[in-house]
Amino acid sequence: MKIHHFLSLFSTYFLVDGVNIEDRAGQFFSSGHTNNWAVLVCTSRFWFNYRHVANTLSVYRSVKRLGIPDSHIVLMLADDMACNHRNPKPATVFSHKNMELNVYGDDVEVDYRGYEVTVENFLRILTGRLPPSTPRSKRLLSDDRSNILIYLTGHGGNGFLKFQDSEEISNVELADAFEQMWQKRRYNELLFIIDTCQGASMYERFYSPNLMALASSQVGEDSLSHQPDLAIGVHLMDRYTFYLLEFLEDIHPASKTNMNDLFKVCPKSQCVSTPGHRTDLFLRDPGSVLITDFFGSVRKVELTMETINLTDPIEQLESAESGELQKEMHTYADQLPVSEIIHQKPKQKDWHPPDGFILGLWTLILLVFFQTYGVKHLKHIF
Amino acid sequence: MGLLSDPNRRRALISLLTRLNTPICGMPVEWLMKTMQAKGLEVFTQRFSRTLPFPDENKERYMVRGTNVYGILRAPRAPRTEALVLSAPCSPGDNNNQAVGLLLGLAEYFRNQIYWAKDIIFLVNEHDLIGMQAWLEGYHHTNTTGMDWSPLQGRGGSIQAALSLELSSDIITSLDLVLEGLNGQLPNLDLANLFYAFCQKIGVLCTIQGKLQRNDWDSVSGYSHAVQTMMLMVMKQASGRPWGDHGLFLRYHIEAATIKGVNSFRQYKTDATTIGRLLEGMYRKLNNLLERLHQSYFFYLMPSLSHFVSIGYYMPAFGLLAVILLLRALDLWVQLSTPPQRTEDGVTDIEPVRGTHFKTVADLLSLLTPLVISHLTGVALYMLPIRFQEMAVEHFPVSETEAVVLTAIAVYTAGLALPHNTHRLLSGEGTEQGWRVLKLVAVLYLAVLLGCTALINFSLGFILALTLVPVAAFVTPHVPKVLSAFILVILSPACTLLFSVFFFQELQEMPISFQDGWLLFLSVISQGILDHSLYGSLVYPLITLLVYPCWLLFWNILFWN
Repeated sequence: MKIHHFLSLFSTYFLVDGVNIEDRAGQFFSSGHTNNWAVLVCTSRFWFNYRHVANTLSVYRSVKRLGIPDSHIVLMLADDMACNHRNPKPATVFSHKNMELNVYGDDVEVDYRGYEVTVENFLRILTGRLPPSTPRSKRLLSDDRSNILIYLTGHGGNGFLKFQDSEEISNVELADAFEQMWQKRRYNELLFIIDTCQGASMYERFYSPNLMALASSQVGEDSLSHQPDLAIGVHLMDRYTFYLLEFLEDIHPASKTNMNDLFKVCPKSQCVSTPGHRTDLFLRDPGSVLITDFFGSVRKVELTMETINLTDPIEQLESAESGELQKEMHTYADQLPVSEIIHQKPKQKDWHPPDGFILGLWTLILLVFFQTYGVKHLKHIF
Repeated sequence: MGLLSDPNRRRALISLLTRLNTPICGMPVEWLMKTMQAKGLEVFTQRFSRTLPFPDENKERYMVRGTNVYGILRAPRAPRTEALVLSAPCSPGDNNNQAVGLLLGLAEYFRNQIYWAKDIIFLVNEHDLIGMQAWLEGYHHTNTTGMDWSPLQGRGGSIQAALSLELSSDIITSLDLVLEGLNGQLPNLDLANLFYAFCQKIGVLCTIQGKLQRNDWDSVSGYSHAVQTMMLMVMKQASGRPWGDHGLFLRYHIEAATIKGVNSFRQYKTDATTIGRLLEGMYRKLNNLLERLHQSYFFYLMPSLSHFVSIGYYMPAFGLLAVILLLRALDLWVQLSTPPQRTEDGVTDIEPVRGTHFKTVADLLSLLTPLVISHLTGVALYMLPIRFQEMAVEHFPVSETEAVVLTAIAVYTAGLALPHNTHRLLSGEGTEQGWRVLKLVAVLYLAVLLGCTALINFSLGFILALTLVPVAAFVTPHVPKVLSAFILVILSPACTLLFSVFFFQELQEMPISFQDGWLLFLSVISQGILDHSLYGSLVYPLITLLVYPCWLLFWNILFWN
């Protein structure tokens, strides 16, 4: 009797457990992303732009430390600072003065170097339109379950970013590239960080969904560099990335810090410029987005002794989830109604006087003319 | 970090400098070669020789023969495409010992650094400017002045910037920056800014034109001090001579400046170590450059080290003077175009006078003759003094230099008698129209000449314009002859030069008596002639071949009859 009771309790327990596991399995597979990618670009060359290379390398270091492997990082450095003839500490790139932190390290893998860092290559990486001979390390092989981090640094202006002192990428081109990525289902969510002068102008034109953007300065402001090292003789880092690096050093793969903390990095008192961010295109609430969703490559692991049937229950559970996501998953052609989701700022148009006014003005002028000079002069004109 | 923070290096430098306190110049070539090689440089020498057209009394040389020694510090990791030059002229006597010592000390320090991206050439040139000219010609494979030099065995890449050091004593109280180069060319203003920035950073007292900077810009005395400093620069630039060894680099588009150490017995003294740190900082900055200096102005005037007047400000002043000439030309053109009107009754002979149509050959001759004769006089002034110096020395008890200078003055003065002789040649009278045509041509000629001069050497153009434009505009045959002849002579190029000499001495707060001034004037003329034949300075040919004939044309107009 007791054994029966015990057995029944046991079986109910297992039954309950089984239901829980299947629930959790459902939630497990309906989460957002499954892989992480990072595209880190430094666009300036020349020795005095040391800090841009140091910026990019410090983000590279954080991203690698938090778990994204080199095969999923596309690192583009426009110039070689570590082996520059002017570097008094060859084979190093420092981010803190007094040589506290060498971000070059000994396992840096640069995918695009020197003159390969061009606007064309950058856009081809994003859109995936690379020649078949391109090696894997130079490709962004993301899919619709990838969270991508894109970090750009260099010299920029209102609406453009300068590449290599000879060409520029405009904010319109960038927005169109992201739209191409969205249409080709090349990302799940994308975090765009830019550390240049007037960086906020680069994300003004975005119109694709699931984009979150951060910039180090607003339009009309310059991003400033942090500190020079007197032995090396150049500025080592830009302020925004310096404080971003400090912030990221505290993140570990299991940390639950979210994007709202990232927005608070480098307030105006430290950065002198006003960092900006844009989240209106992002579907989730930034407070629920973990830093490690973009900067790290965190694998969700659930330990269970049960075997789970993955076919039917998952669908049911999925139908219980938000209908929007279902629509997105099943109907490829029916694209997300962009205009419903996005609340764009109305574009500022130059004010023109209304057309009727101009017409009336010219009529008045003609009338006055003919009145003064008489109608007989008409024959001189026509 | 930086030079001589290491006590060992400091001791090494001090020992080197004290050893060099004995006069070494007279060029100990072997010692220099050995020392430079010991410091790890690639050492080469260059021999040169040159016979001056006549002996140079200021520097006491006539047949010059010398050797330049230079050592190249190769950049450890860079390709050998660019170079920087640090030079110290080695003149006989103990004029510049300390500079050579500092140069060697810096060479040793620089050799131990790994951040050089350009080769550094340490040059010790003999006979200052002549040696430097020989070295530069050998480096760039040109031969513009007819000097005889041996080809250079070792070479760096293209030279990006150069500094020349002149330290006459080991106690320095201030550093003076010299910018004016050959033909009034100036280095890029960024080089001056670099020097000033480092002076402030290291805390060394720095001057320009030997004058200290004042802080009271608003007061009258502060302003006049600044104007005096600027006028000194104008005078130096107008002379067209290189005021330091750096002056010869500028022709090759190499930004260069000379740093002179001055001992003015102040209380606060700096030593060679500090100057070494300043130079080290400057060279490190130049090393980091990726292009030639081109972002800042090439044409400027400096009333002090921290202020400058750019070409956009001073050119309109010259432009306004040139406009006077153009307006006068326009006036003459209009006068020539209007037909001659008779006020009495009678048939007015209205001939279609177009002004420039010459009805007879005589009219054309009366225009061309003064032109040709003036230019021939100019050519005579250019060529005779040097050619006939032997003859002059034979007949008169003067030295060659004096012979040359006095011949020049003689030819110049002889030119004043020309109008008299010209008219004896031509028969008949000159017409009213004739002098107008001549004046039109002369005024336009002067305007073009001054314009071109001001573009190349603004100070020279401006000074000539100041003195020549007023008389050129007002001279006619009808003004009172004696007075205007006097004014014309006073404002002629030679007298302008004489007054400039006195003015220059005044500005430097070393006024001189008339006899000394006259002797200085004579030596200035001889230096001008020498500069032209040695380094290709254009002031002497410009004055003799172009400005003087133009002035003679106005003299001709004055005595037109």
